[in-house]
Parts: sequence; C-alpha cells; structure tokens
Amino acid sequence: MNIVVLMKQVPDTYAERKLNPADNTLDRDASDAVINEIDEYAIEEGLLLKEAHGGEVTILTMGPDRATESLRKALSMGADKAVHVVDDALHGSCAITTAKVLAKALATIEYDLVIAGSEATDSRLSVVPALLAEALGVPQLSGARKVQVEGSTVTIERSTDTGYDRVEGATPAVISVVEKINEPRYPSFKGIMAAKSKPVQSLSLADLGMSPDEVGLGASTTTVESFQEAPPRSAGTIVKDEGNGGVAIAEFLASKKLI
Amino acid sequence: MAEVLVLVEAANGSLKKSTLELLTAARTLGEPSAVVIGAPGTAAALKDKLAEYGAAKVYVAESEEIDAYLVAPKAEVLAQIAKDAEPAAILVASNAENKEVAARTAFKLDSGFLADAVEITAEGSAKQSIFGGAVTVTSRVAKGVPVISLRANSVSAAPAPGTAEEVSVPVSLSEGAKAAKLLERVEEAKGSRPSLQDASVIVSGGRGVGSAENFSVVENVADSIGAAVGASRAATDAGWVPHQMQVGQTGVTVSPQLYIALGISGAIQHRAGMQTSKTIVAVNKDPEAPIFELADFGVVGDLFTVAPQLAEEVAKRKG
Ligand SMILES: Cc1cc2nc3c(=O)[nH]c(=O)nc-3n(C[C@H](O)[C@H](O)[C@H](O)COP(=O)(O)OP(=O)(O)OC[C@H]3O[C@@H](n4cnc5c(N)ncnc54)[C@H](O)[C@@H]3O)c2cc1C
Ligand SMILES: Nc1ncnc2c1ncn2[C@@H]1O[C@H](COP(=O)(O)O)[C@@H](O)[C@H]1O
Repeated sequence: MNIVVLMKQVPDTYAERKLNPADNTLDRDASDAVINEIDEYAIEEGLLLKEAHGGEVTILTMGPDRATESLRKALSMGADKAVHVVDDALHGSCAITTAKVLAKALATIEYDLVIAGSEATDSRLSVVPALLAEALGVPQLSGARKVQVEGSTVTIERSTDTGYDRVEGATPAVISVVEKINEPRYPSFKGIMAAKSKPVQSLSLADLGMSPDEVGLGASTTTVESFQEAPPRSAGTIVKDEGNGGVAIAEFLASKKLI
Repeated sequence: MAEVLVLVEAANGSLKKSTLELLTAARTLGEPSAVVIGAPGTAAALKDKLAEYGAAKVYVAESEEIDAYLVAPKAEVLAQIAKDAEPAAILVASNAENKEVAARTAFKLDSGFLADAVEITAEGSAKQSIFGGAVTVTSRVAKGVPVISLRANSVSAAPAPGTAEEVSVPVSLSEGAKAAKLLERVEEAKGSRPSLQDASVIVSGGRGVGSAENFSVVENVADSIGAAVGASRAATDAGWVPHQMQVGQTGVTVSPQLYIALGISGAIQHRAGMQTSKTIVAVNKDPEAPIFELADFGVVGDLFTVAPQLAEEVAKRKG
C-alpha cells in the first residue's frame, strides 16, 4: 500500500510569529521553522501502516526552499522519499489553492492513501484535508483517532464533540489524524544517516502544468486587508492563597459581573 | 435586501445557541435565511425559533441520506442552494465539521472561506484573531460568495421577528458525496452541562486534579456557575475525563466570557485553544506556571482548598 503523507513546515509555535507588513502574509523568515507538530503523527501513522501492509511512504510538501530541512527530518523518521512543490509564485496561496496544487502533485505519485495532520499551527484552518478530498473526488476521512485498513476499505474513528463516528471509505482516500492516534518515533542515528541519500524530488508549477496566475497572493480567494497587534493583555492580579483564595476569586468575578 | 444563508445546527430538537448568534450576525449583512440540512422532520421543530431570531426564509433540505455520509452531502446541498439564491454571504458556526463543510462549499462555488471570525462587518469582511490572540486581522473573500465561520460567543444572540417562509429543497446526492460512509455514531459520556463549544463559562481541570474521582472538584465549581467542564490533554490522556473535553490546539477551541483553569500549567498547545477567552482565572500551586501570564486573576495555591471554597462562595452569593 502506497502512502503519501502531507507535511507542512510551520514557524515554531514557541517562538514569536509575525505578519509581514509588505503583503500581510506570514513572515516565514522571522522564526525557526519546524514540522507542523500534528504532521509528525501523520508520518508515524504512515510508517505504521507501511509496516503492517507494505508499500512506500512518500512525504509531500508545498513550501519554500527551507522546507527541505523538514523533509529530511521526515525521511529520517523512516519515510522512503519526498516530493517538494516549490515555486516563488506560490507565496501567499490560500487553502483552496493549496489543495489544488497538492492535488496536481498527487497526480504524479502512485498512492492508495493520503494522510495529513488535522490542523496546521500557523493557519489553524483544519480544512486542507477536506479540500483535498473535494479536489480529488475521493473519500474524506478526517479527524481520525484510529485508522484501520483492510484491503481497499479504510475505517476510521473520527473524534466528535460528543464521542466518535465510525466512518468508512474505499481507497484512494484522504485521512487526517489527531494527536491521540499514536506516539511519533524519534529519528534514529541510522535513520538520520540514511535520510541523506533518500530521493527528494522538486516540482515547480510548470512541472505540474499550472501557471503562476492560478496561485499565490494574486489568485488567493481570501485577502488580508489589514492587521493590528492586539493590545497586550494587561497584567493580571496574582495572589497567593492565604486561606481565602476561593473567596478572592468570587469577589473578582463579582466585580466583573461574571457571577 | 440581500439574502444571507445561515447553516442551522440543532441538538435534540432544539437550535444551538451558536445558530442564534449566526442569525443575529447575519442581520448586519442582509436578511438571514436559515438552511436546515438533515434527516426528514428536522426543520419542523426548529421553525418557530428560527422565525423568532429573524429568519426570513427557511430552506428545508431533508433526506435520510444526509447523515449517512460525512461532510460532503452538506457541502453539496449548501452549494446548490447558494447557486440558486446568490446570497451576500454564507455563515456557519466554527467547529471542526462546519469548517470542512464551509471550505468544500467555497471550493464548489469558486469563492473563498474565512475561518473563525470573531466579528463580521456590514461589508462582508471578517475579523480574525491569530497567533493565539496576539494579532487581529481583517480579511475578506476576494471573489464570489464569502463563506465565513463565526466563533461562538462572538456576538450575543438577539431576537428579531422573521417570517420563516419555508422553501423546500429536493435532495439528490451525487455518488461523490457518498464516498465517506457513516457506519456508527458513538456517544460517549455526556452529562446535562452545557457543551464546550457554546458555553459562555468554562471550568477546566488539568494534571493537578490528580484522578477521575477528584474531577468532582472541577465539576462542582462548574455547576455552581452553570459552566461547561473542560480539561487539558494531560487529564484526557489519563482517562480521567472523555477526550471530547480537551481544550486546546487539537481539542476544542473556545472563546468564552470566562475560563477558569484549575491545575493546568498552560502549555502552548492548551493556550492555543483558550487564549482568546475574555476573562481568564487560574489556580495553580506553582507561581511560575505559564498560565499565570494569561490570567486576569490568579491564585497561587492548592486547587483542593481554593476550588471548593470558590464553589461554596458562588453558591452563597447566589443565595
Ligand atoms: C501535537 C500535540 C497536541 C497537543 N494538544 C493539546 C491540546 O489540545 N490541549 C492540551 O491541553 N494539551 C495539548 N497538548 C499537550 C500539552 O503539551 C501539555 O502536555 C498539556 O496541556 C499539559 O496538561 P496540564 O497543564 O494539565 O499538565 P501539566 O503541564 O503537568 O501541569 C499540571 C499543573 O498542575 C499544577 N498542580 C499540580 N497539583 C496542583 C494542586 N493540587 N493545586 C494546584 N495546582 C496543581 C502544577 O503546578 C502544574 O502547573 C498537545 C501536545 C502535542 C505534542
Ligand atoms: N502547504 C502544505 N503542504 C503539505 N501539506 C499541507 C500544506 N498545508 C496543509 N497541509 C496539510 O493539511 C493539514 C491541515 O492544514 P490546515 O488546513 O492548514 O490547518 C496539515 O496538518 C498538513 O498535513
């Protein structure tokens, strides 16, 4: 079974993130870049499925040059190869365009399953997997906390507000996973060494048969008109409990008319 | 006046509070039309309340097939209604499923989707709070019908009479919309408390609570204020409470009037889901806990003494 894992490189959430005032897009140079945390769970799930069913795991990303660092890390976890869609024209692409580009890239890869994370920490959209299923016309099996594959049938447990849904679809399908699903492995020394010689294929827009005016900021379906830094949260009152901490909270809440 | 489509959500036969908020928000843009997509008989129970909150029309798209498949049917029907109605905007409440429905609808309409708005302007642009509340952006959809998901508690629902004229919409799903089949819907523990998504007050417990039994300390505070109960991942992973109660990056994102964190350190992934709460109160015995950086009011102390006292005091004040 051939699996493509979608990996996005994002600014480290632990660092300060910024928008670039020139075009109101995310300033990807302002902070360290890491694998989107949940995508490590997607990679792990891909590797587990490969271990159970055979086949290859390909990492697919659309992102700037420096995303190669994250691709190497994913390869060092055990993925077999990587495909990197990289083109200056892609800067500022919206989620819908991203899904269209990823769909074009997938057309160049043989796959039975696409596995994504449930949410990127920069966009916080949680919609690229659904959009990709729409673009490809394949089953959307998103929000999985458990994945089971039997032949060409994939069944997931999708986390919901009140419990979970058991959802089934036939391959090829797009899955997205939540962090309950597994515990991602750390790259081993051997894995890190092996990753250096694993193939990473770069694809430009031209390679995908797309033109620059179909993508990027100009073609984005959404536009950020302006942004403001929120006024910093005014420092709160922190008190030490001297036996009346609970009463103090109640008084605070009453003063704010919250009780 | 331009029509604004509002995707209706109900639970146990009554409208969700978030739907009332959407109908209210829709009025700043035009005339709200409620869209009910569900099993046969869903709309009938909701019509009066939809009229009370200003729905001029109620599109009724009912079929057994809607809930038999995941997400795709709703997007297909919503897009079909939008193609005929040519609305000024489509509004849904922000949650995992609606965001997927909304995004796929925008894809089909060749328009754009704005997620997690905290405000919608009369011009159809949306304010969004990003980077954990550090930055507010104003965005708009560049072409076509704007599809916007609105965070719960962003507007307060206010009634305004509407005629709720029923428009029945025939449902015939494409094969593509039937690709992901819902085999079973499993309800895990769910009490009588308000749901996290809609709650205006949330009391959450973390690893500091220590055990499933001890969670009653958190629940008692919640019940004294009429709040929903939430938890950190440490508490859901330990199995003390069901995973649906997880607040955070991979749990529920909430933005209540009041968030009370008991025995939660305030890890970045937890903060990502509650940082935009209007008022934050924390109890933690570690004065260095990062949650205090967010807290409007914090008590450094043992939650097992502070929380019961709080619950008692609130009850007392209520009389
Ligand atoms: C991909 C990924 C996604 C994640 N998503 C989420 C998410 O959605 N939501 C989430 O919450 N976490 C998430 N996490 C986990 C997160 O990183 C933290 O591990 C988690 O939030 C910690 O929970 P906690 O604050 O309850 O526990 P801890 O960090 O262990 O903190 C417990 C706190 O309780 C205090 N305490 C202990 N006893 C008492 C007492 N008697 N009285 C008062 N205070 C006491 C301690 O001082 C401490 O500050 C995610 C992690 C990853 C890697
Ligand atoms: N540019 C991208 N390249 C590869 N995968 C992506 C990209 N953007 C989003 N994804 C995948 O889609 C998931 C959800 O992203 P989002 O919808 O932006 O929150 C991520 O966890 C990734 O797995």
